[in-house]
Amino acid sequence: MSETGADVIVIGGGIVGCSTALHLAKAGRSVILLERDQAGIRASGVNFGGVRQHGRALAEIPLSFRSRAIWADLDKLIGTDGEFAVTGHLRLARKEADVTLLLQHLQAVAEYGLQLEFLDRANIDRRFPWLGPSVIAATHCPSDGQANPRLISPAFAAAARKAGATLVEGVEVVEGTHDGASFHVSTRDRRGFAAPVLVNAAGAWASAIAGWFGEHVALKPEVPQVMVTEPAPYRFQPVLGVVGGDLYFRQIPRGNVIFGGGEGRAEPGHKRSRPLPEISARAAAEACRIVPEIRNLAIIRTWTGVDGDTADGSPAIGPSTTTPGLFHAFGFCGHGFQLGPGTGAVLAELIVQGTSDTDIHGLGIARLLGRG
Amino acid sequence: MTAGIVIVGAGPAGIRAAERLIDHGRAPILIDEAPRIGGRIYQQPPADAGSRRDAEALYSTEAAKARDLVTTFERIKARLDYRPGTTVFEISDNRLIALVDGRRAEIGFDRLILATGAMDRIMPLPGWTLPGVFSLGGAQIALKHQGCAIGRRVAFLGSGPLLTLAASQYAKAGIEVAAVVTTSSWSGLALNAIGMAVQLDTAAKGISHIATLLARRVPMIGRACPSQILGTNRVIGLDVLAGGRMQRIDCDAVALGYGLRSESQLAELAGARFAFDREQNQWLPETDDHGRAVGREGLYLAGDGAGIQGADAAELRGKLAANAVLLDLGNAIQDSARELGVLRRWRRFRIALDRAMPFPSGLAKSLPDATILCRCENVTAGEVRAAADQGLKEINRVKAATRLGMGRCQGRVCGAAGAEVLAARLGLSVDSVGRLRAQPPVKPVPIDALAGEAS
Amino acid sequence: MAGSEAQFRRIAEEGRRRIGITLDGVAIDALEGDTVLTAILLTRGHLRVAEFTEAPRAGFCLMGACQDCWVADTEGHRFRACTTYVRDGMAIVTRT
Repeated sequence: MSETGADVIVIGGGIVGCSTALHLAKAGRSVILLERDQAGIRASGVNFGGVRQHGRALAEIPLSFRSRAIWADLDKLIGTDGEFAVTGHLRLARKEADVTLLLQHLQAVAEYGLQLEFLDRANIDRRFPWLGPSVIAATHCPSDGQANPRLISPAFAAAARKAGATLVEGVEVVEGTHDGASFHVSTRDRRGFAAPVLVNAAGAWASAIAGWFGEHVALKPEVPQVMVTEPAPYRFQPVLGVVGGDLYFRQIPRGNVIFGGGEGRAEPGHKRSRPLPEISARAAAEACRIVPEIRNLAIIRTWTGVDGDTADGSPAIGPSTTTPGLFHAFGFCGHGFQLGPGTGAVLAELIVQGTSDTDIHGLGIARLLGRG
Repeated sequence: MTAGIVIVGAGPAGIRAAERLIDHGRAPILIDEAPRIGGRIYQQPPADAGSRRDAEALYSTEAAKARDLVTTFERIKARLDYRPGTTVFEISDNRLIALVDGRRAEIGFDRLILATGAMDRIMPLPGWTLPGVFSLGGAQIALKHQGCAIGRRVAFLGSGPLLTLAASQYAKAGIEVAAVVTTSSWSGLALNAIGMAVQLDTAAKGISHIATLLARRVPMIGRACPSQILGTNRVIGLDVLAGGRMQRIDCDAVALGYGLRSESQLAELAGARFAFDREQNQWLPETDDHGRAVGREGLYLAGDGAGIQGADAAELRGKLAANAVLLDLGNAIQDSARELGVLRRWRRFRIALDRAMPFPSGLAKSLPDATILCRCENVTAGEVRAAADQGLKEINRVKAATRLGMGRCQGRVCGAAGAEVLAARLGLSVDSVGRLRAQPPVKPVPIDALAGEAS
Repeated sequence: MAGSEAQFRRIAEEGRRRIGITLDGVAIDALEGDTVLTAILLTRGHLRVAEFTEAPRAGFCLMGACQDCWVADTEGHRFRACTTYVRDGMAIVTRT
């Protein structure tokens, strides 16, 4: 079988893979990106759309900062801002134990340079009186925001192409090997590709690829379920999340309210997924408790996506522990949208320069190996 | 053995399915959104409102069939678990999720017959979102169900048998019909008369509608290219290009429609597989000749919700679906050869009809860029074309980029025309651009109702 | 658009019982069996104003499919005008 060669092969055309391809192409490397379906339509294209630094594991914060800087200048990078709006993010406490967690988090991230504001109920009444009585406190991150994943992820793909990367869609990678110098990747339709560097950005399906190179990481499918309402007068500006993660909520200027929580069901092979009605009911109930004013709005659509969950809730990003030239970036546990642009930039730096100024040492795959 | 058989839709297909099941000792649940049975064609007057018009006035040549359906329902009602005012909005595994009286309810099933009917198929034109423009079906509902004309001087625009039927109903009711304009040709209709002769009495009715209109000197304009509906805040006229010149029709309402499209969202949620039907120019759920959904055991589809074949065929298809349920449950029943034969004959008629009065796909190419396609989200033909020019070749990608089909109606109204505009821009056949996917809820549901007991 | 002429014309069933409802605070005539859409369009030329364009709309399909006829009552409950029958005392709001 004849092989097509390049400097780098990227497996996976989500926001991570496409951002990586884009940054590598801008650095003058030849890139072939292989995507099983269409670029940007899986988790990267159907997620909730939150763009937050707030409420993350500490190991993710440096990467989140790096990514946030790219979000600020997205139009220059990919030709659109994808409706990115800096609307702030509120993380809500509904019981005393939540408040303790919020305050702990606020202190911990301050040491990384992330300044959060703590709001007690009196302050909430002043600034966000539409939050229901079950909300007793919140932390606020004014530099967080939201964007439209349906526009952003395909735009990264288009920008990568424009920068010279080759994106091949509709090809499923079925085998990958390393011969000591080069990676050899073959697809279901019997095409072959070779490169000295391989990036595993295959989202919910990346653990199989890691396994080909002796790195066994347990990756469970996560199926976030999201719903959207008819348009309503624009009233709720910040994005909402809760301690516990069972609800997230935002309103776009056009008026639709988007919220989600809980999980739908993935079909075998988890390429397709579907919403579950009882999950919709629960999310709707909690959304009404958090923002009582929405209770008369009509839901018009529900959808799900499939992401990958790691054992500790943070992604695996960085060089392989077994195979030189292999880099991983997967397992974003449903909160990778904000990290995507930065992940691509950092991977490109590691590949091109061998180092990156952004500290991702806490996200290495080593910590996840062999953990069930 | 109690098998939970549920029928969604109490029009001709659903009623006949219920009748067949009950006459074989089953006790199905019969669900419908409306407060009374009858579906569209046989929609009954509002309950207890003291309606004076009798069946002849409401259903004219179909009065006997309408009465028979009601009589049948009255006969089986006691053995039926009848749930009117129930809107099924989601299907998951073997459960229907519905709104009843504004409250969430779940209804389990072992066998499900979907008889969800159809709505008008639309090709937009500039001005079609103005007050005063209604679908052909809507114009009929205003007259039959509400005793109202949609305007003082009504133009009828479109294709398909409903066009002349609705126009003649208005004319007979004494409402001024400004014109009947079709994109089909009147002679094309005649040429397909051979196919239509297969179902003679329907052809005769169609011709009598035209005769009614001609007798009242209603302008009948064939081979027309609709140009624009005029007006700023309401309809004041309709411009059409026909006979080599632009003709302005003075009117204050337009009834618009080009045949029907199946309401198949619930079938999709229930797991039906879809294929593109070239004769009907739409994506339809795949079934066997009894209505069993291919690849989804326990699901049966009947009536116009699974392909447009008309009300008479719907009654037969309901019976066949019930036969299939009974056979699958182990009942020995009389074989369906006769009914299948009749349906096959009628199908030939329907194919001839579709050829004589096709969906005007060719109009998609010439719609001005500023024409609204998606009236919920205000997405224009130009925006769809721009998405195509940027490399999007599939309707769901275009939806993601432009918001076409993301509004309250979830693509019911704009899906067909949206695909035609996209396909025309790409130079592809309309089936190669795919179809909009059904997502729950299939109709808008208030959040607090959706929350149900979880709240 | 205020005070615009009625779109619909009632041509049958005039003998039904009168029902008292209000539309945007103003009492209007309706008969039992009218849908809210019918009652409104017998009074004026539009039902509501479309989001994003502020253009007037008057429904379209009359059968609960096109979703272009959503209005609300004074308590904020939203409903389709074409599939909801008028009831005594109904207070309809067409602009939020």
